[in-house]
Amino acid sequence: MTEPRSTRDAYRDHLVRMMRDDPRIVCLDTDTGLFGGVDFGDAADRYLNLGIAEQNLMGVAAGMAAAGRIPFVNTMATFAANRAAEMVKLDIAYNALPVRIAATHAGVSAGHLGPTHHALEDLGTMRAWPNMTVLAPADAATVTALLDETADRPGPVYLRLGRGPTPPLPPGLPPVRLGALHPVRTGREAVLLAVGPQLLPRCAAAVDLLAERGLAAGLLHAHTLKPFDAATLLEWAGPARLVVTVEDHWRSGGLGSLVAETLSERLPRPVLRLGLPDGFADEAGSEAWILDRAGLSPGDIAAAVAAADPGPAEAGLPSVRLVPTTIAKRSVRHG
Amino acid sequence: MSGDVLTPAETERLAAAADRIRHRVVDLCASAVGGHLGGALSCVDILTVLYFSVLRIDPGRPDAPDRDVFVLGKGHAAVGLYAALAERGFFDPGELAGYGVDGSRFMGHPVTAVPGVEVPTGSLGHGLSLGLGFALAARLDRSPRTVYVLVGDGELQEGSCWEAIMCAAAQGVPNLVAVVDRNGMQLGSPTESVCALEPLAQRWRDFGWRVREVDGHDHSSLRAALRADPEGPTAVLAETVKGRGLPFAAGQAKSHYATLSPRMRERAHRALRSGRKPGPS
Repeated sequence: MTEPRSTRDAYRDHLVRMMRDDPRIVCLDTDTGLFGGVDFGDAADRYLNLGIAEQNLMGVAAGMAAAGRIPFVNTMATFAANRAAEMVKLDIAYNALPVRIAATHAGVSAGHLGPTHHALEDLGTMRAWPNMTVLAPADAATVTALLDETADRPGPVYLRLGRGPTPPLPPGLPPVRLGALHPVRTGREAVLLAVGPQLLPRCAAAVDLLAERGLAAGLLHAHTLKPFDAATLLEWAGPARLVVTVEDHWRSGGLGSLVAETLSERLPRPVLRLGLPDGFADEAGSEAWILDRAGLSPGDIAAAVAAADPGPAEAGLPSVRLVPTTIAKRSVRHG
Repeated sequence: MSGDVLTPAETERLAAAADRIRHRVVDLCASAVGGHLGGALSCVDILTVLYFSVLRIDPGRPDAPDRDVFVLGKGHAAVGLYAALAERGFFDPGELAGYGVDGSRFMGHPVTAVPGVEVPTGSLGHGLSLGLGFALAARLDRSPRTVYVLVGDGELQEGSCWEAIMCAAAQGVPNLVAVVDRNGMQLGSPTESVCALEPLAQRWRDFGWRVREVDGHDHSSLRAALRADPEGPTAVLAETVKGRGLPFAAGQAKSHYATLSPRMRERAHRALRSGRKPGPS
């Protein structure tokens, strides 16, 4: 389990196992190619390739779920969150039906394929809808652990998946539990929350760089955005001088918004929200290149955290100050 | 289309039911919030034949396994559906007085809180995919269920309908019946003047469906046409009249949504009573 593996492949392989064990599950495909060569065995009649039609996909899944099935629907994150959005909202979320939306190519994992295939708002739309469970696991083992927890979970689940191979979480961590923030590093001077298989390892490396500078930062693996573990966030944010969110998502609507919303009600304080700038990619680029360029390399994350860190509180001075966001300077060029 | 002729008693039973449903639609559209009068009246006869002669359902057990499923694709005809469900015994017709009232479960588009409503609808272009999902699940379950989806003709301008139509044919589901309420009108104009649907029957055939064209106000023809075909999905194109039964509304786009005054309500009831003789026309 130490080999890099994409969360997408981990999902696919685990789904095939789940289908053998649970006859309620059906796998509905939109010709994604994800299941080419897969042997479904006795479950072969429960795999249906419905064609390239995501609106129909979501409606069909809702109908099948209303009839007692647990459909896993397969498409790219941007098509689930945008093209078929109304079907997800009305047919699936409104009816609280147990449809599992497997959304590949999340964030900028489609890389050079460009803005038509990037999904930088999906966490915002999915978590806005009532009844949704929103998952964004950061490694293959988390995918299988979370999927096992969804077996009898009522209502729909959105499963945000990356594309390329990514490293496993380090060994020795506490087990992943759906709905619970997952501590990956335990420093308490600052706390970083990261979403997804690209940003969690980058943040882990950033935490190491910060440690070299003498800043002990914690890192929380935010694999469940809804329901959100506000209690653990407050527990970690309380003693920390700085709260930081890092995501492969536009800075509006996703993890940063969620954390800021939660803290504003319970523990108001500045939040440094790192993510993709408010623009569309206008140049080809690999996922890594696009993230680096958006200021999301380990070095830039560490630098942004250090710059925003107010330092240890001095007597008579507030322990936090307003933080500048560096992201605006890095906004994608237009025209 | 022979072989399913209604007996005189059945004919009278359906005519009486349709008549009661039409009167209830008028009452609902005379509520404070009004309702989609024209598009409800155009499908009353279809709903009547489905709920009183075709669907294998039990109002006492609305969740019975293997029951037939009806999806109102054109969810704005909610007042027609509510009236049909009330007459069929899914709930006390007295409850319809709550339609549109603050806190009532009878919203302007159907919701599953109303007994007999399988899925909420109202945004157009969802019903056929939902129905296809029910049909595919029934095929996997080896269930005798047949799924009926009532689609508005204007609704067919939604592209998602054609995704479902294409997919249903490709999947070859034999237990799906789409009924098109072909009243020829959309919100403010004839469908053909906005975004033409013709040749509609040919289009369904070209997409791989079996097509039956019927008079959507003739109960006997509807009864014969409303059945599945083992060869694949079936479309019943029902020629109807928007606002059917009300001379001041029939065939007129302005009947799309109405809040009837007490005077118009009485006039509507009178028109329906005089239209009742001699038959269900």
